[in-house]
Amino acid sequence: MVELTFSDFTLAIIGGCFIGVSAVLMLLFVGRIAGICGITFSLLDPNQVKKPWRWIFLLGLILGPMLVHHVYNLPIPEAPTDNLPLLIIAGLITGFGTKLGNGCTSGHGVCGIARFSTRSIVATITFMLFGFISVFLLKQVGGF
Amino acid sequence: MTKLAEYLIVLLAGLLFGIGLALSGMNDTKIVQGFLDIFGLWDSRLIFVMLGALIVTIVVFPLILKRKQPLFDSSFHLPTFIKIDRKLVIGSAMFGIGWGLVGYCPGPAIASISYGYCQTIVFIVSMLAGAFICSKTTD
Repeated sequence: MVELTFSDFTLAIIGGCFIGVSAVLMLLFVGRIAGICGITFSLLDPNQVKKPWRWIFLLGLILGPMLVHHVYNLPIPEAPTDNLPLLIIAGLITGFGTKLGNGCTSGHGVCGIARFSTRSIVATITFMLFGFISVFLLKQVGGF
Repeated sequence: MTKLAEYLIVLLAGLLFGIGLALSGMNDTKIVQGFLDIFGLWDSRLIFVMLGALIVTIVVFPLILKRKQPLFDSSFHLPTFIKIDRKLVIGSAMFGIGWGLVGYCPGPAIASISYGYCQTIVFIVSMLAGAFICSKTTD
């Protein structure tokens, strides 16, 4: 088990609260769920693409981390794996799966659970379980 | 005027989301894979991030949903479908596998664009392709 420093722990809780406040703003002001896949994938739909709020939310999502690393002087994370087939396969099934299951960690995990949605609770348990299995196979069997 | 206020709030919400992900380490694929690695060197951080977010949303969402409408719109846009079907379970299972393989879920992948890694772009383009294929092949 990784020993978390006090700073790791505090930043995790505070960072989580920021995400919660973001979801609260979206629901209170525009009546929407802050689900990243829902917001992103509707940009693929020609009927939805003209609605600017989705682009604006994603712009904020991209700018937010730049702000943090600049102002707070937090180190930038290391690059993800450079295994190209792995990146493509993971991307494809993440996109297919979150579209089919109508949500990911933000929509189901943060917003859905807070609405006590049974679908979201089932989705969250399922993707966590399969996430554990996936990393187990990748590390213990695949040797990555 | 209301439109401008709406866009500013949405921008702020996006910023807060991105700040939260970066602060908490969730844009780091190693930390996320560490959380999913329960038989290896387990990193518990993601649990605290979810707890932090849920403390806020579980307390405040019910208060907001007592209202008849959001501040800038005439109605809430919430999912109405409540059935637990195969699509939900299979889709979530697929997502879980993809999540573990690289350590990105859709939010952190997009929030990591500014780090300038081409791996991130490859993942996002594949993810959009996957969602597109899904929307064309299932109803």
